[in-house]
Amino acid sequence: MSTTYTVRDSATMLRRNLLHIRRYPSLSIMLVAQPILFLLLFVYVFGGTLGAGLPGQEGGGDRSDYLVFITPGILIMTVASVALGTAISTATDMTTGILARFRTMDIARVSVLTGHVLGAVIKTGFAVVIVTAFAFLLGFRSDAGPLGWLGAIGLLILIAFALTWLTVGLGLAADSVETASNTPMFLMLLPFISSAFVPTDAMPTGLRQFAEHQPFTPMIDTLRALVTGAPTDSDLWLAIGWCLLMALLGYLWSRRLFLRVPAK
Amino acid sequence: MTATNPAIEVAGLTKSYGDHTVLDGVDLTVPEGTVYALLGPNGAGKTTIVNILSTLLTPGAGDIRVAGFDVRREAAGVRASIGLTGQFSAIDELLTGRENLWLMADLAHLDRATTTSAVTEMLERFDLVDAADRRAQTYSGGMKRRLDLAMTLIARPRLIFLDEPTAGLDPRSRRDLWAIVREQVADGVTVLLTTQYLDEADQLADRIGVLDGGRLVAEGTAAELKRRVPGGFVSVQFTDAAGLAAALAAHPDAAADAEALTLQVPNDGSIAGLRRVLDDLDDDMVAGLTVESADLDDVFLALTGHAAVAPVSEGISA
Repeated sequence: MSTTYTVRDSATMLRRNLLHIRRYPSLSIMLVAQPILFLLLFVYVFGGTLGAGLPGQEGGGDRSDYLVFITPGILIMTVASVALGTAISTATDMTTGILARFRTMDIARVSVLTGHVLGAVIKTGFAVVIVTAFAFLLGFRSDAGPLGWLGAIGLLILIAFALTWLTVGLGLAADSVETASNTPMFLMLLPFISSAFVPTDAMPTGLRQFAEHQPFTPMIDTLRALVTGAPTDSDLWLAIGWCLLMALLGYLWSRRLFLRVPAK
Repeated sequence: MTATNPAIEVAGLTKSYGDHTVLDGVDLTVPEGTVYALLGPNGAGKTTIVNILSTLLTPGAGDIRVAGFDVRREAAGVRASIGLTGQFSAIDELLTGRENLWLMADLAHLDRATTTSAVTEMLERFDLVDAADRRAQTYSGGMKRRLDLAMTLIARPRLIFLDEPTAGLDPRSRRDLWAIVREQVADGVTVLLTTQYLDEADQLADRIGVLDGGRLVAEGTAAELKRRVPGGFVSVQFTDAAGLAAALAAHPDAAADAEALTLQVPNDGSIAGLRRVLDDLDDDMVAGLTVESADLDDVFLALTGHAAVAPVSEGISA
């Protein structure tokens, strides 16, 4: 009986999550403000100096070159930031009695989770649009055609799915809402040790090897190619592979955590 | 399922976590359309039983059927038949009362027309019309509990579990909730409730199971349980302090209240016992006399060897 209602129950749970976004806007605002603050900080405080160090240009680049360089990384931080919010809302659900109620109802159980994930992907869409608009406002310009942008949107949605399933798991595994707001912080830190803010060539060997092989780097490099109209390379498949792997592991982990018998 | 089948059948239910045994062989049967109260102190295993019957926990061992379905193999069937209102509020605080009820109706897969009328009916019946479009966050404790119960009942389950439904409520809200439970029973719904309050079990339940340390130590109607313990007494009211003092001398085991001029003499309720008390009393000094049988507090103490809740203050004993 449960399976026939998976779509309907997921839609119901999605409606619930969208209502939450409307009722608790401060969380969403905070999550969008975070990457925007990073964008402002890096462009205006560090941008002049860091821009000069960018390769490929005669005598380095300037502040506006740096804006173009970091916008893809900032967009991925936006996705990570919204995913962080998902860990919080999932953990909040776990600590209240409403989850026990859902568990005693004859509904498609996974719909509780798919509601969170679909809600998060929609939220990510809004956040990415806002942050992109902000980057344009600061002077971001791109030669990318519609195909490039479409590819970028597709990749961002895929990254959102991957990070969200991961943070749903982190939210379910957390024993409190406070824990859930801390454990996914690594998602905000990892982009710093990637190609997001400076080219990895400039890093010392050990760090560079880590930066070049961690999942965010191919995602950021591919996104950078897509939004600047440059050709994509094998990083595209690496990025998609990482996303699918993270989404699958996150989904399986979350599902196991959710369906397991509560300890008490 | 025919009308003769019990709503709940439990045989040999056990549950343990590691070495810690929570339930140690519980048997109970609840006929359809009746109210069964599980009475016991914190840690007796009441909530564990409710969680197992409502499919939140898997049983250790035992044969457990709820609404005719096996809780292990036919959990979906159980879930489609039951409603649960737990100790902790199971409402979505960010949504309004109306939205909470809509959410439940949608998840119960009611059609649009039924949902609209059921939501309106529930808001009226649970006195939540004025607060319907306010966030549940802003509700008082009593309102939250009413919304919680309305959410449980909107899908019209045949069997409801109420886990300490009135814990933390003021007396007025408790009585409101009792009235709602009685209405449900009048409609033929089966209720299993857990409580630490002896008067609650007395007020609502057809049968009471006394749970202590994971075992049912006694079971029966409130009257049957009270008869099992010799906790009654004769309460005598005197006209003056001298009379009270004289009677107290004759009954050193009695409890005296000097201000109210009353003496409570332990009594087993038999004619012979009553006559022995009366024989010692001087007619002129007695203003009034009542025979009291044991209350459930006494039952609890006698059956388990400890009080169910913090002991109530007794009269001044001499």
